[in-house]
Amino acid sequence: MSPALNLGTKPLGWPQSYGEEAAPRMGFFTDTSICIGCKACEIACKEWNEVPEDNLVFSGQSFDNTGALSANSWRHVAFIEQNVPAATPTAEAELPEELRWLMSSDVCKHCTHAACLDVCPTGAIFRTEFGTVVIQDDVCNGCGYCIPACPFGVISRRERDQLPAAAGAEVAGLGTTHKCTLCYDRLKDGMEPACAKACPTNSIQFGELDELRERAGQRVQELQLQGAGEARLYGEDPHDGVGGLGAFFLLLDDPEVYGLPPDPVVPTRHLPEIWGAAVLAGAALAGAVVAAVAGGRK
Amino acid sequence: MGSNMAECHPVGFQWVMEAKLRGAQLIHVDPRFTRTSAMATRYVPIRAGSDIAFLGGIVNYILEHGREFREYVVNYTNAPVIVDEGFKDTEDLDGLFSGFDEETGRYDNSTWQYAGMEVRGAVQSDETALSGHQVGYGGAAAHMRRGEPPEEDPTLEHPRCVFQILKRHFSRYTPELVEEVCGCSREQLVAVAEALCDNSGRERTSAFCYAVGWTQHTIGVQIIRTAAIIQLLLGNMGRTGGGIMALRGHTSIQGSTDIPTLFDILPGYIPMPHAHEQQTLAEFVQQNASTTGWWGRLDAYMVSLLKAYFGDRATAENDFCFDHLPRISGDHSTYQAALDMLEHKVKGFFLWGENPAVGSANSRLHRIALANLEWLVVRDLVEIESASFWHDAPELETGELKTEDIATEVFLLPAAAHTEKNGSFTNTQRLLQWHFKALEPPGDCRSDLWFMYHLGRRIREKLAGSDDPRDRPILDLEWDYPTEGEQEDPRAEAVLREISGWDTEGRAVSGFGDLKADGSTACGCWIYSGCYAGEENLPARKRPGQEQNWVAAEWGWAWPLNRRILYNRASADPDGKPWSERKKYVWWDETQGRWTGYDVPDFGADKRPDYVPPDGALAEKAIAGRHPFIMQADGRGWLFVPSGLQDGPLPTHFEPQESPFRNPLYGQQSNPARKQRRHRLSPFNPTAGHKGGDAYPYVLTTFRLTEHHTAGGMTRTVPYLAEVQPEMFCEVSPALAAERGLENGGWATIITSRTAIEARVLVTDRLRPLQVQGSELHQVAVPWHWGSRGLVTGESANDLFGLALDPNVLIQEVRGATCDIRPGRRPRGPALRELVESYPHARQERHR
Repeated sequence: MSPALNLGTKPLGWPQSYGEEAAPRMGFFTDTSICIGCKACEIACKEWNEVPEDNLVFSGQSFDNTGALSANSWRHVAFIEQNVPAATPTAEAELPEELRWLMSSDVCKHCTHAACLDVCPTGAIFRTEFGTVVIQDDVCNGCGYCIPACPFGVISRRERDQLPAAAGAEVAGLGTTHKCTLCYDRLKDGMEPACAKACPTNSIQFGELDELRERAGQRVQELQLQGAGEARLYGEDPHDGVGGLGAFFLLLDDPEVYGLPPDPVVPTRHLPEIWGAAVLAGAALAGAVVAAVAGGRK
Repeated sequence: MGSNMAECHPVGFQWVMEAKLRGAQLIHVDPRFTRTSAMATRYVPIRAGSDIAFLGGIVNYILEHGREFREYVVNYTNAPVIVDEGFKDTEDLDGLFSGFDEETGRYDNSTWQYAGMEVRGAVQSDETALSGHQVGYGGAAAHMRRGEPPEEDPTLEHPRCVFQILKRHFSRYTPELVEEVCGCSREQLVAVAEALCDNSGRERTSAFCYAVGWTQHTIGVQIIRTAAIIQLLLGNMGRTGGGIMALRGHTSIQGSTDIPTLFDILPGYIPMPHAHEQQTLAEFVQQNASTTGWWGRLDAYMVSLLKAYFGDRATAENDFCFDHLPRISGDHSTYQAALDMLEHKVKGFFLWGENPAVGSANSRLHRIALANLEWLVVRDLVEIESASFWHDAPELETGELKTEDIATEVFLLPAAAHTEKNGSFTNTQRLLQWHFKALEPPGDCRSDLWFMYHLGRRIREKLAGSDDPRDRPILDLEWDYPTEGEQEDPRAEAVLREISGWDTEGRAVSGFGDLKADGSTACGCWIYSGCYAGEENLPARKRPGQEQNWVAAEWGWAWPLNRRILYNRASADPDGKPWSERKKYVWWDETQGRWTGYDVPDFGADKRPDYVPPDGALAEKAIAGRHPFIMQADGRGWLFVPSGLQDGPLPTHFEPQESPFRNPLYGQQSNPARKQRRHRLSPFNPTAGHKGGDAYPYVLTTFRLTEHHTAGGMTRTVPYLAEVQPEMFCEVSPALAAERGLENGGWATIITSRTAIEARVLVTDRLRPLQVQGSELHQVAVPWHWGSRGLVTGESANDLFGLALDPNVLIQEVRGATCDIRPGRRPRGPALRELVESYPHARQERHR
């Protein structure tokens, strides 16, 4: 009997499923307060992972010509120009405004409860021994279920018509979905991911998630003591709607400002209730049919 | 200031971010709110080109409020020195110093001298002045009996002492004036000045970082001078955490001035001999050396250089082949060379590491100039615009050039990238770091070293046996570098070893102190001498920081003699004790009888702090024990520069060549000594107060982006970089966009008297209108990375600029010209020139 049909035993979860290969959960802490917007992470990611160039169009949106995370952009630096009340009011005006330019490098969150993984019908998406979530593009059949499942809009399908002719005919992985692998191949070799390696200011920090959460907690306290009351962590809480993020952030404003959902929930969280409701509804329907048929025979 | 470090030097900026994490304040003063401003504790916007007014405001604040570091200023600078009676300040002559010649547009500096003596700029002579190029770069020589001027007033009260002259000169740079000139608020100026003063002194230091935002002006050198005055007044030179950091335009720019690609200096800032008179080596040395300070050993540096060039052929009998050196006969700088091409005076040209068709001011003029050459050799990674002009220059579209009429034979030779060759980079800290070849260059690509060595070898083979005297210099060269590998690449270490120097036995010297004037030593660059001491490639050392002290002396090698901070004797007080425990760096150890500390002392190791030079002492022995600035003839930091600058002993605010405003300080509008290179292809916009000046109401400045590198040859061709900044654009404020009907993401045409270019519009609050002299000023900012080739193409910002140059270093003014801007794309074809011709040009006579 093949193991797949062994419905009687519950499969082991991560990390026990990896047995001796189990590793601590690894992740990113992106401290956006020290991001200088150099985009070295975007470039290093594309270089290492051979992600194709996807457009050569001027956006007119500050210095952001990447736009969003996609199959062809696994790191995305957001640039947000804001007018905020001045930190040091001068004599001229009571509440003068000053410019603030927020920069933040976004990436796949490697959720504790990853909806993409839950909905993938082919097993192309799996959780690695490092607790990260990876798509195997040679297994992926391009069904696209993972795309709407992701509460962050991280995943998309790589389509030929999205790519400029200059990207070359030999672009790999057409028709399948792609996203950050947290450089699974580099991790296997004991190296840090390309983006973290390239980041000149250590805005992108890579390490064991527990340790990163501790460090992030200290950093946010430090910033608040310095008067940055708006500094907060995003996705560090294991009790949030996705069970905490493997790649979490320190933000200086509301998540929406950075294009992040304020209260992300893994859509599959409600699956049991949905199925329960469906079963009830089915039962009710069946009952109604039976009743109708029975009634009709009266 | 003058630097957008986060964007242009992101890797170096990590240390600024680390300092900030440790509590340092970061202040950014810039016309644009950039990614650097976003990281700053405080950002202050100023009008492009008004830097001296802003810095002068800080000088005035320090002096008005008595915030100078008195003990440092009295002992370590020339503040107490009495200046010649004949000296007249700009305050006396409405914007001119004494000695200006209206005819030649040049200064005679004889009245700027210390009273009772002649101080001559380090290794400077009339010939170098002719080229407009000050030589010395921090060195200074003088004919002094000893390193002490005859008259000084330690109380700093004498009306003709430097301190009082400085005070008078800057007294009008009040916060109100700064507000009027720069467009920032007076409160912002005062806040910056206070922050600097509060963070300077015994316990604290502050540093300035600048880049080409300071240099690319007709007053560029004087802007840096103003910062030097601030740092000397506040005691921030020669001390840890202090200094003025010149952030370079690209890798090893420092190295390419140390071992120069400049026309008028030899390695180690030795001046190039001039053609105007027959000179022996002894006369050359006599004319250019000083009697006091380290420049007093110029004979040893020069003879050792000639020995490195000509080996055994250089003997005392033949003047060490001094006559073999080429001579200069005037300005041979990059802009003059282009103008000479237009006159068919330059027939052939080698171009590497440069792309003037995109990167030089008035790049249109350069493209047309290149088309006048008979032959052109371009070595680069790709076919850059300076190689492709004959088939894709924008001038083909306007009809100014026709491919079939261009007779230039272009030799495009593929070059190896830095990862494909061994060699060293010298950074802004004068730190030499070795880089190792990671892979062989592909195909026909070759290193610069390979090309130069084998070109020389082949020329020498062709000339072999010639008895024509003009071939002697080439045939007499020592040209025997060992080669390695299949491609016979010269060994880069062998070149480094020659630069460092050796003695008669062929042993590596330990430093320039070993160099002799008798021909027994050879050294390719005296300031680099010792970088191969002990037969070790010292720049290749990469001992990790955690395995040594924080100065990390065993990471690479810094010239001179591995000193990490220059003039570090100033980190101790006049008695040789550290100014404070916190800022302890180099100090006098009485028991050992020598200087010691964390760094290599930049001072005579056993010269006591109380040493007084005897009369008639020469070279370094003439410098007193309390004077740290050992390259200066008097060992002092120069607040006032008696000699060595073409445009005055003190910095003065002048308006750029092109400005919408009159100079509120003086009748003299712009730097009187600036160089204006006029040509049919390079007129100037009329300036404020002249007919047509109001046709160009906006200030125009260039900038760089993190995503692209200089003229774009290495980045517009790389998909991942091209896509993150894909199109040429201009930055404008919402107010200017409204005034001119510009739409974000749409097109704009920017017009000067040179040409008009089109760019996408980026409307942003990061550019804000400034209140200058009572009216609202808008600035237009353009990146200059685009050209006609690569994955992403666009028009070149440098097309817009004229040729107004700094008189000291002949650099172009591209940070503050004037322009007009209109919505929409530019006219195509010949209509482009019609549009430009409809705008006014400045009349021929020079404006003051």
